[in-house]
Amino acid sequence: MNWSVIERYLPLYEKATLLTLKIGWLGVFLSIALGLLVAMIVHYRVPVLRQIAKVYVEIFRNTPLLIQLFFIYFGLPKVGISFSPEVCGVMGLGLLGGSYMAETFRSGIEAVDEIQYETALSLGMSKAQVMFHVVLPQAVTYSTPAFVANIIFLLKETSVFSAISLMDLMFTAKDLIGLYYKTAECLTMLVVFYLLILLPVSIIGSIVERRLSYASFGD
Amino acid sequence: MQALGIEVLLKGSNFLRLLGGLWVALKISLIAVLFSIVLGILFGIVMTYKNPLVKIISRIYLEIVRIMPQMVLLFIVFFGTTRMFGWNLDAELAAIIVFTFWGTAEMGDLVRGAVSNIPKHQYESSYALGLSKAQTYYHIVIPQTLRRLIPLSINLVTRMIKTTSLVMMIGVVEALKVTQQIIEANRMVAPNAAFGLYLTVFILYFLACWPISLLATYLEKKWSA
Repeated sequence: MNWSVIERYLPLYEKATLLTLKIGWLGVFLSIALGLLVAMIVHYRVPVLRQIAKVYVEIFRNTPLLIQLFFIYFGLPKVGISFSPEVCGVMGLGLLGGSYMAETFRSGIEAVDEIQYETALSLGMSKAQVMFHVVLPQAVTYSTPAFVANIIFLLKETSVFSAISLMDLMFTAKDLIGLYYKTAECLTMLVVFYLLILLPVSIIGSIVERRLSYASFGD
Repeated sequence: MQALGIEVLLKGSNFLRLLGGLWVALKISLIAVLFSIVLGILFGIVMTYKNPLVKIISRIYLEIVRIMPQMVLLFIVFFGTTRMFGWNLDAELAAIIVFTFWGTAEMGDLVRGAVSNIPKHQYESSYALGLSKAQTYYHIVIPQTLRRLIPLSINLVTRMIKTTSLVMMIGVVEALKVTQQIIEANRMVAPNAAFGLYLTVFILYFLACWPISLLATYLEKKWSA
């Protein structure tokens, strides 16, 4: 292990980490928004949109992100639709994540007992009130573990972006290994920076999970 | 349709080569899944032990797998260990090692979850009925565990297939790499072939994973009642 090498490459890794964080979290937020939208469409059985949502979820859950990105980044420009690598990354991650989040939210909402709706409705609450005050708080509790797992999964998936020449951590490491052949140092830094990105998420996630499981109802 | 690559796909043995590439990825994931299931069941059973040392080690192992992107693990095994120990590792073998390492943790966690989810009264009732320990496991615990476990482990197979698309990054010639080669070879004849070819790979992966997911959902619904 050569420390001067590490010192020299540190700025490059910092830059790459910032990019990974930016695209990763933008993708995560997009996927939460998309997931909520799809889950609502499926829950309220909106005609037509529901079928589209279902096809979307099946397609994106059953294909790898790498293939999706290749199609978006290298395939679509040939029919006149092109995006910058950053937009492609956020879009790919958002679309993939949206399908996972939709499933998570949907199963969370489904886990709320029928009696909860009926009780709330009979107390005179409107449909929207039932959703926001009764169903969603419980659904959030049920779906937290899967939700946290999804966020970690999505942030991990950002490593695929190197394939569409985004200068993320993986790309930087691969580039430096190829240029200077300092494999051990570059890989160690790669691991350390991924830990810095993901360990806090994992720790905060498990704290939130534990907190929320106190709030769950019934047994 | 020539412009979009359908013709390129049908030219010569291009489509067969593409399928061959997909098979390379599928083969890696199938081998890794088989190893992961066997090792994962063992690991899951070990994790149910109350020994603190076992708990700490398995916790660290699970956390590594949970946090490290598979691509990083692939790079460590394929570039890191070969450089460090000076051995020569085939890319496919490196991929199998990494995916087994990953799958064992996932499978182990599923097994642990399924085993510890069996309520205590199931054991107690069967002892009260006079069943021996072996009988309890054979007739009561294992059937219930399997019902929870099988749909989840089928899902693991689809995730494995999806993740093996990454092996392209360490130089395994699989579907995506073959596609790139075909596109490069036909750059002059069909400059827009990328659209059709990448779409084809997209569809092929979907066709490989979708039936397996459907099976998992079906079994989950059937057995949850």
